[in-house]
Amino acid sequence: MYTFDLTDEQRMLTDMVRRYSERTLRQVYREAEEAREMPREVIEQGWELGLLPASLPEDYGGFGEYSALNGALIAEELGYGDMAAGLELLSPNLVATPIYLCGTEAQKQAYLPMFTDVDIPKVASAFLEPVILFDPYHLRATARREGDAYVLDGEKAMVINAPEAELFLIYAHDEEADSAQAFLVNAPAEGLSIGEREKWMGFNALKTYRLTLEGVRVPAENRLGGEAGIDIQRILNSSRIALSALGVGLAKAAYEYARDYAKERVAFGEPIAHRQAIAFMLAEMAIDIDATRLMVWEAAWKLDKGLNATHDAHLAARYAADVALKVTDGAVQTLGGHGYIREHPVELWLRNARSLATLLGAVMI
Amino acid sequence: MPIDFEVPEEIKNQSNLTKMVAEQVMRKYSRYYDEHEHERPWEYINFIWPFMKSMEAANLKRSLRHSHNGHNGNGKSGDNGKKKPSAFQVGMIHLIENLSWGDAGIYLCTPSSGLAGAAIQAVGTPDQKERFLDRFTHGDPKWGAMAMTEPHAGSDTSAIRTRARLDPETNEWVLNGEKIFVTNGKLALEESDGILVVWATLDPSLGRAGMRPFVVEADAPGVTITKQEHKLGIRASDTVSIVFEDARIPYDNILGDPELKKPEAKTTKGFKGAMKTFDSSRPWVAASALGIARAALEFTRDKLAEEGITVPEAAPYHQLSAIQRDLLQMEADLKAAWLLTIRSAALMDAGQPNSLEASMAKVKAGKVVTSITQKCVELLGPLGYSREYLVEKWMRDAKINDIFEGTGQINTLIVARRILGYTRRELK
Repeated sequence: MYTFDLTDEQRMLTDMVRRYSERTLRQVYREAEEAREMPREVIEQGWELGLLPASLPEDYGGFGEYSALNGALIAEELGYGDMAAGLELLSPNLVATPIYLCGTEAQKQAYLPMFTDVDIPKVASAFLEPVILFDPYHLRATARREGDAYVLDGEKAMVINAPEAELFLIYAHDEEADSAQAFLVNAPAEGLSIGEREKWMGFNALKTYRLTLEGVRVPAENRLGGEAGIDIQRILNSSRIALSALGVGLAKAAYEYARDYAKERVAFGEPIAHRQAIAFMLAEMAIDIDATRLMVWEAAWKLDKGLNATHDAHLAARYAADVALKVTDGAVQTLGGHGYIREHPVELWLRNARSLATLLGAVMI
Repeated sequence: MPIDFEVPEEIKNQSNLTKMVAEQVMRKYSRYYDEHEHERPWEYINFIWPFMKSMEAANLKRSLRHSHNGHNGNGKSGDNGKKKPSAFQVGMIHLIENLSWGDAGIYLCTPSSGLAGAAIQAVGTPDQKERFLDRFTHGDPKWGAMAMTEPHAGSDTSAIRTRARLDPETNEWVLNGEKIFVTNGKLALEESDGILVVWATLDPSLGRAGMRPFVVEADAPGVTITKQEHKLGIRASDTVSIVFEDARIPYDNILGDPELKKPEAKTTKGFKGAMKTFDSSRPWVAASALGIARAALEFTRDKLAEEGITVPEAAPYHQLSAIQRDLLQMEADLKAAWLLTIRSAALMDAGQPNSLEASMAKVKAGKVVTSITQKCVELLGPLGYSREYLVEKWMRDAKINDIFEGTGQINTLIVARRILGYTRRELK
């Protein structure tokens, strides 16, 4: 039966995150962007919402269950607030969710409880690589089996808060398995060095780093999923859905800002929203945002039902990346010259939206 | 109710049947009726009629039961409203999508109460529902049609001039004027014992406040089919002009509550009734559009696969060719429009307002079917343009969906007004 209503519980959850987005993130995001740093207390306040523990079952110290759909609802609200803060807050999930989805029971018991702590866990996921032709299915970083250990070599990019991390989840091409596998690496580790802080087009409040791996030895039991390893697709699907939802939230923020501006801004004696050229652009934004949200929800719903969601997640991701870019560009256009000035948020949102095709195409895990 | 994308079981079963119909009695005859405009696709009509009859009967029964229980019969709950959630509109969406996958022109010839039924369900009284819709539950195939557009009034429906006058001596309405682009008009009035809902004005100077819907039955005097159109696509579909010359119809054939019957009453209820009809008809058009789009996309994908071009399940963007990217884009567009359409229908089934969502779906589906079918013609090279395949026909068929039941532009305007909170004076 097709229904599109949130449950009371989901409504409480989204209301809570939206309040945080509106009252906290929207107050600080510009200053944080210019200062290239998100205030610590802002992220702590976000962590206190308990979003990650709510997605882990009691067996591992949590108080809920994993749900891609709830994850999408949360990510949309965070994207509506600020992408840099959203990505930073979701970064522990990029380690916890793969462990939960693909880890052995021993790995889950060992690692998941730290994600239910009052303190933000010091973890980082390393998936992306600093190459033009990035291919999530054929990573250039390699993992070679040597006795009871794996040896990792290669370069990783966009690793969030790497210098503080005590645990890395590093993805590499497992030569024996001939597939992408993930390895739990405790830091500091010999051969693992953290490079300069990276500079990106957008979300500059997010601190990300390059990672160089030179013969990093990892005990064999630290391969995620143990003997069975991981199915990278499961992880890609879940990240794609969350990132797509982040894009929906970002697009919604830009659309609402442009809509409200167009109703206020007077030109030729009346608000510019009275003109079809503007009003139609806004209408198309609204339609595309709704469509994308439904695609994200459907993919998440399938994932939660245990159905094959790969293709749906893929289509939703493509749409989310396109729509977020189109909508934020339209928002800048609606504000005209003012949209280009950093006093308004839309130029930042356009820069942030441009990242989605990169992140979703590659999928930062 | 939580977020749920499950297709109800009864709709799955129904879809299996309609897929068979689409293949056996539609697709097979597509080219023939495209090339023999104005002939009737009886293979399909006769086959589908028993099925439509029982669907009409169930819908009428459900609607009357709700009316008697204090509902308006259109899915809206009254005060005492504990009603089993209906899946009627969602079922219609699947049905129409599947049939249009078969052939959108032939689908439009489906014998049913059609748009007349939608209007009567939207604004008719229980008595009128029974009186006008019962005929669709038995006997020979029949059609219900709706006449709105006039030679000088298309999207601007408030500008219609067809005049309705009450003759106090006989207590009959007298209609005068001309309607054009009436889908199934000839089938409804000349080739079956059907009905036509005509939108006319009691006084053209009143604009929207003068508009009223009237039911014209097949044997009404003074009603003449004057022209059968020759069209770009959906050639199997019956599209006619109808002239009313002192056409006399019974007093009780004015649709809706008694207030509407007073010629002096300045009410926009009549106009609003027309708009309400669109709440169900726009999702139907969107569904038809998406059936054509899916047909074109599936066909193109199969043909390209024969040439060794397939889209890998998982591949980075830089490894995809232009054609593979086109295929993915079309598939994503189709899904986006489909979900908007399903949402608009599900809202109606749940008794919630859906005008905004119906227009959103219509805009998206009209745009998507146009671009998908045009791209498919391109992707299949010389054979895409050839009449050997049906793709060129689907491209011609597709275009109507961005036009009828409100053009893409009119529906965008409706969405824009709604999201901006503007009246039609503020946003023209």
